[in-house]
Amino acid sequence: MTEPTNTVAINGQTGAPLWLLAELTYRCPLQCAYCSNPLDFAEVKDELGTDEWLDTLAQARAMGAVQLGFSGGEPLVRQDLEILVAEARRLGFYTNLITSGQGLNASRIEALRDAGLDHIQISLQASDPDVAAAIAGSRKAHASKLAMARAVKAAGYPMVLNVVLHRHNIDRLDHIIALCDELGADAVELANCQIYGWAHLNRAGLLPSASQLEIAEQTTTRWRERLAERGRDMPLLFVVPDYYHNRPKACMGGWGSIFMTVAPDGAVLPCHSARLLPMRFPSVREHPLREIWYGSEAFNRYRGDAWMQEPCRSCDERHQDVGGCRCQAYLLTGDPAATDPVCDLSPDHHLIEAARREAQGDTRSVRDLTPRNVHESRVFCRS
Amino acid sequence: MNNAVINGHSICRLRPGWRLQWEAAQQRHVLLYPEGMVQLNDTAGAVLAQLDGQQDVEAVIATLQAQYPEAPAAAIAEDVHEFIVDAAQQGWIQHD
Repeated sequence: MTEPTNTVAINGQTGAPLWLLAELTYRCPLQCAYCSNPLDFAEVKDELGTDEWLDTLAQARAMGAVQLGFSGGEPLVRQDLEILVAEARRLGFYTNLITSGQGLNASRIEALRDAGLDHIQISLQASDPDVAAAIAGSRKAHASKLAMARAVKAAGYPMVLNVVLHRHNIDRLDHIIALCDELGADAVELANCQIYGWAHLNRAGLLPSASQLEIAEQTTTRWRERLAERGRDMPLLFVVPDYYHNRPKACMGGWGSIFMTVAPDGAVLPCHSARLLPMRFPSVREHPLREIWYGSEAFNRYRGDAWMQEPCRSCDERHQDVGGCRCQAYLLTGDPAATDPVCDLSPDHHLIEAARREAQGDTRSVRDLTPRNVHESRVFCRS
Repeated sequence: MNNAVINGHSICRLRPGWRLQWEAAQQRHVLLYPEGMVQLNDTAGAVLAQLDGQQDVEAVIATLQAQYPEAPAAAIAEDVHEFIVDAAQQGWIQHD
């Protein structure tokens, strides 16, 4: 790259990182084949300690961050989670715990509530234990998730249930929504898995068909009507996979625009998938967060629109979708600055169509996909 | 639920688990909820700050009229009522 770095966002000024995602660990008891963690996560062994996280939270809050997600891996693996939540809340963050529910129990729910945790989001893999076990690689997980979801509601938290959809569970959507209703969810995210990390590795075995998607959207619409009739306030957010769109999403609201992830080892990323890009991200262990956000080459590289190529460069919609997703562009074309091939104006859009076709010919069961675990991850580690 | 009509005697509060907060970095009130944030203008922030689950809508209007004596009282009453109905429809607040 010989061009000078574009340090100015579209509105002429880089704003504050309003959203901080704190990925506390890559450790996780589950093995979901669509995990968005990096393939080589096993290489990261030196997690930030409690004091390093406390310092990072204070820096982010001073910069204006206000929404905070504790995620992973499974954040409950960290025994200092309650300490981090308490400090985050004291600093004025709205604190969200994004969890599989594994590692939660009644006393921990109480301790987190005492620490001031605002919200718990629990992920469900399916509506029935067999499919859930096949996806998560754990026989016990489903029952304990249901028990924990009930305990979270009983403790008075707002509860969002997140269900990652793919070809192996999407046909059971009617049962899935019924289960969420029965558990007392305040909102449900029905999010078709996006194709990053382990999901990219397993892509052909995960993408649903167009007709599966159509039926699922009809099911969702029917449920919305039914819930409204009952006066039940449980919004259903249905997320179509990017591979079935013709225009890309404005990924993260723009690179380095409002969102910042701190990975378990302190690497600072513009989104939780960006680690797969062929570039180096600075760490909170090396630089102040403010310097990384406003001044680093990594965070400035795809801000604004000067980096864009055709067809984005001259496109009227370039400020609406900011060229789409850099990770998707790289995974599909090998060039992180390319137009996101989701866009049907992209010369690479045929790659999306080919991936949809390839998935239709994939007859593997969910058990045949590559599980996300340390053993499989070592295959992708450099050393 | 928010099916009942809101009138001067309705008592409103933020939806459980939601939080109103002044953000110095943004120089405005924000409404925080699970994984999201509403950035409020001055009027919306001033009204929501009064919805404490104790005062009814009439009392909220009176408080704000006292707070902004330079604005026409009737206009404040109308704006507040309109905003509260809208906020209830958006699911930001609940009322008895």
